[in-house]
Amino acid sequence: MSVLDSKVPKGSLKDKWTDYKDHIDLVNPANKRNIDIIVVGTGLAGGSAAATLAELGYNVKTFCYQDSPRRAHSIAAQGGINAAKNYQGDGDSTYRLFYDTVKGGDYRSREANVYRLAEVSTNIIDQCVAQGVPFARDYGGLLDNRSFGGVLVSRTFYAKGQTGQQLLLGAYSAMNRQIARGKITPFNRHEMLDVVKVNGKARGIIARDLVTGKLERHSAHAVVIASGGYGNVYFLSTNAMGSNATAAWKIHKKGAFFANPCYTQIHPTCIPRSGDYQSKLTLMSESLRNDGRIWVPKSLEDAKAIREGKKKPTELTEEQRDYYLERKYPAFGNLVPRDVASRAAKELCDAGYGVNATGEAVYLDFASSFERYGKEQAKIHGIENPSSEKIIELGRALVKSKYGNLFQMYEKIVDQDPYKTPMMIYPAVHYTMGGTWVDYNLMTTVEGLYSIGESNFSDHGANRLGASALMQGLADGYFVLPYTIGDYLSHEIRTGKIPTDTPEFEEAEKEVKDKIDFLVNNKGAHSVDYYHKKLGKIMWDKCGMSRNAEGLKQAMAEIKALREDFYKNVSVPGGAYEMNAELEKAGRVADFLELGELFAKDALVREESAGGHFREEYQTEDGEAQRRTEFQFVSAWEYKGEPADAVLHKEELVYENIEVKERSYK
Amino acid sequence: MNLTLKIWRQKDSKSKGQMVDYKVTEISEHMSFLEMMDVLNEQLINNGDSPVAFDHDCREGICGSCSMYINGEAHGPDRGVTTCQLHMRMFKDGDVITIEPFRAKAFPVLKDLSVDRSAFDRIQHAGGYISVNTSGNTQDANATLISKHNADLAMDAATCIGCGACVASCKNSSAMLFVGAKVSQYALLPQGQVEAADRVKNMVAQMDLEGFGNCTNTGACEVECPKGISLENIARMNRELLKANF
Ligand SMILES: Cc1cc2nc3c(=O)[nH]c(=O)nc-3n(C[C@H](O)[C@H](O)[C@H](O)COP(=O)(O)OP(=O)(O)OC[C@H]3O[C@@H](n4cnc5c(N)ncnc54)[C@H](O)[C@@H]3O)c2cc1C
Ligand code: SF4
Ligand code: FES
Repeated sequence: MSVLDSKVPKGSLKDKWTDYKDHIDLVNPANKRNIDIIVVGTGLAGGSAAATLAELGYNVKTFCYQDSPRRAHSIAAQGGINAAKNYQGDGDSTYRLFYDTVKGGDYRSREANVYRLAEVSTNIIDQCVAQGVPFARDYGGLLDNRSFGGVLVSRTFYAKGQTGQQLLLGAYSAMNRQIARGKITPFNRHEMLDVVKVNGKARGIIARDLVTGKLERHSAHAVVIASGGYGNVYFLSTNAMGSNATAAWKIHKKGAFFANPCYTQIHPTCIPRSGDYQSKLTLMSESLRNDGRIWVPKSLEDAKAIREGKKKPTELTEEQRDYYLERKYPAFGNLVPRDVASRAAKELCDAGYGVNATGEAVYLDFASSFERYGKEQAKIHGIENPSSEKIIELGRALVKSKYGNLFQMYEKIVDQDPYKTPMMIYPAVHYTMGGTWVDYNLMTTVEGLYSIGESNFSDHGANRLGASALMQGLADGYFVLPYTIGDYLSHEIRTGKIPTDTPEFEEAEKEVKDKIDFLVNNKGAHSVDYYHKKLGKIMWDKCGMSRNAEGLKQAMAEIKALREDFYKNVSVPGGAYEMNAELEKAGRVADFLELGELFAKDALVREESAGGHFREEYQTEDGEAQRRTEFQFVSAWEYKGEPADAVLHKEELVYENIEVKERSYK
Repeated sequence: MNLTLKIWRQKDSKSKGQMVDYKVTEISEHMSFLEMMDVLNEQLINNGDSPVAFDHDCREGICGSCSMYINGEAHGPDRGVTTCQLHMRMFKDGDVITIEPFRAKAFPVLKDLSVDRSAFDRIQHAGGYISVNTSGNTQDANATLISKHNADLAMDAATCIGCGACVASCKNSSAMLFVGAKVSQYALLPQGQVEAADRVKNMVAQMDLEGFGNCTNTGACEVECPKGISLENIARMNRELLKANF
């Protein structure tokens, strides 16, 4: 028997959530005033949760490392947010959204959670509109939708290319209202460095004021972690620079199981790395693949000449180019799923066909679209026998109307005109599906400790569909957690204020302080970034899109060795009691150095290819991902000291409402 | 490229600051300005000196964290970009670049180039929201039609990233572009009407309380704003305020 109890309510899938809400214990409004809740993180998940909990009457304290909740990483999401509103009348429904999400996740998510997500998704849009989120509208004044990532219905709501920003500002404004009422006390520029447990229950946190460096104790009846994902374990990712695993990892060390750490989403169309100084990667919308053709030179000599700047891509003839996706996947061509496109690009670059200075880029070429659209436009405009220049001109204008802003962004960063020369793209780490294990209530394996949004593992399985992370963050924060936490808190009404001068708080603070003292006093030879970059390289090379047992074992050993070296040789300038960005980074990288090893261990156990994770030993005859039903489980790891000693617990996944099928794109 | 950087160094909000010269070499023109600063900091750390503190996070021009005043301009010489999107190709080999924090009475320096912009948050606590319950019981989002024109205008105003460049560029250190953008977003949407009068009065009062100056229609804010927020929003705010007071 597994020690994991998912607490999924009985009954039919459709009625679970309603029945659950009808039967949980409620907290009397007068008692809510006596209950304190800590929310770590003010992104979409934490911001919406904090606002709603305060609305309900609880006393909320929020924490974020930025200077304002409005700057949380959620702000960067571009594409949109899904909701099964069926405004377009194209047959969308709760069940269809549920189905698409479970299938898209390669049948590695929990049915009941995903169904609930689909069910509450429609409320999200209403809530946000009521808060003044300016979603795109059509000329009739109704909300507009677009479709995303291969689904067959138009269910994605958006606000230009700034959907995450607008949704976050909506949650932030809801927070502001509660701050004005005194129901939320915000602690910005504060980093949570540990959780405090009293009698097995989460009762508070230790936080560092990032301006003064002072350690603070904060107590509460429940602690909610909404600290986002850990993609920065790779050093380079599309995540914000400060995104980190510290909160999630610290609670893991205090007993919260960590689930599916090896599930990472890698996005195929990012602007490639251009040098060793690079600090982060920029995402380009996937929609570009609708009209661009992806290729690398056929010969290694041409690839080399291009890398060295001796040849231009436009000098190569059709015959000298390898349109590898069209060659390998004639049915889907350039529109194969994210995981397939990403893997193919890396394989060719590893084999020496990469086209930029670092050898890590492939071309995304619009030349044939210019021509195709140009001819079409000439016809539409009745231009007889147009010259080839005229055709290209017309074609470029059309492409500009579709993707103009993306082309402009690319040009700003790369300083090349993509209308004249093909774009260069490369896959980048984008989102982490793994995270703290939570039950149906979103509670971790520690009582009173919750985890929501990207920091938990639930809902997305082995692969996340576009526009569904925002949906999950807001669903958790506005509509799920505020109910489920009440069930727990109804037993806390007699607890009274929780003192912070107890041995538990003292001990936790001392642990944090010792670690900080060590870091600022260790006068080693290398900067924090030196270690972060090394870790990132191991992660990318051996725990990236393609993995094999040999490489993963090496990765575990290398990360362990790197971690040991870090503790001997890292150097952090400045003191503990001042604003010290290097110290902040050091703590985060120290945690990544442990998480990375567990990541490799998890990948080693998972002898199957699922989602974007290709276990080389497990592929079909024609080189496709081979999912194995014996791995239809959530891996939840229990901390036992060294990451290598972590103990695996399995939550078997049962599909009662969906037939499990192979995902195929040939 | 090889560059000379003149950077404002200030230990904390209580200490006095001063300009310090640094040299950086082998800067690639493809680097962003913040990556160039990373190179400098790596160099400082390896020499046992303290790295320059500056705010940043997304490095994509959307979070509004980065806030450098470069050669006398907020976010530097390029138009319509934040410092993280500014690229070194805007500079030449041998250039001397002056880097200062955003300066305004309401934005005290915390350390080096990092300033405290929490005054912006407090202005929003004073009314930058619509008072709706987060209960999940709101009416259907399509029940109130919003003209595309107004939705687009509200979106344009809502695009503000709260970076504070407008304040830093203004000779009066006025926050009116920022506040105008916030007020406009809600003023243009039917959901924001009910509390419109109180909202604008409270936000403007808080803005004055924080020590921001007044607008004298110089327009530097609009020129330096990385998101192209237009002066029309200030005009709209003033109209809303007039309306609210009569
Ligand atoms: C470039 C990009 C584009 C994307 N586009 C889309 C899209 O179009 N649609 C979609 O659905 N998803 C998209 N995603 C994914 C989505 O943006 C994220 O998954 C989601 O925003 C995560 O929200 P969150 O609230 O869980 O965490 P975050 O928004 O990351 O918030 C984390 C919060 O935790 C705080 N924090 C972290 N650690 C600590 C600590 N130790 N102490 C105190 N505070 C801490 C931070 O300050 C922050 O407030 C995109 C992601 C990226 C990178
Ligand atoms: S109005 Fe422009 S300059 Fe001012 S805070 Fe907003 S985005 Fe920045
Ligand atoms: S770092 Fe986010 S806007 Fe510059």
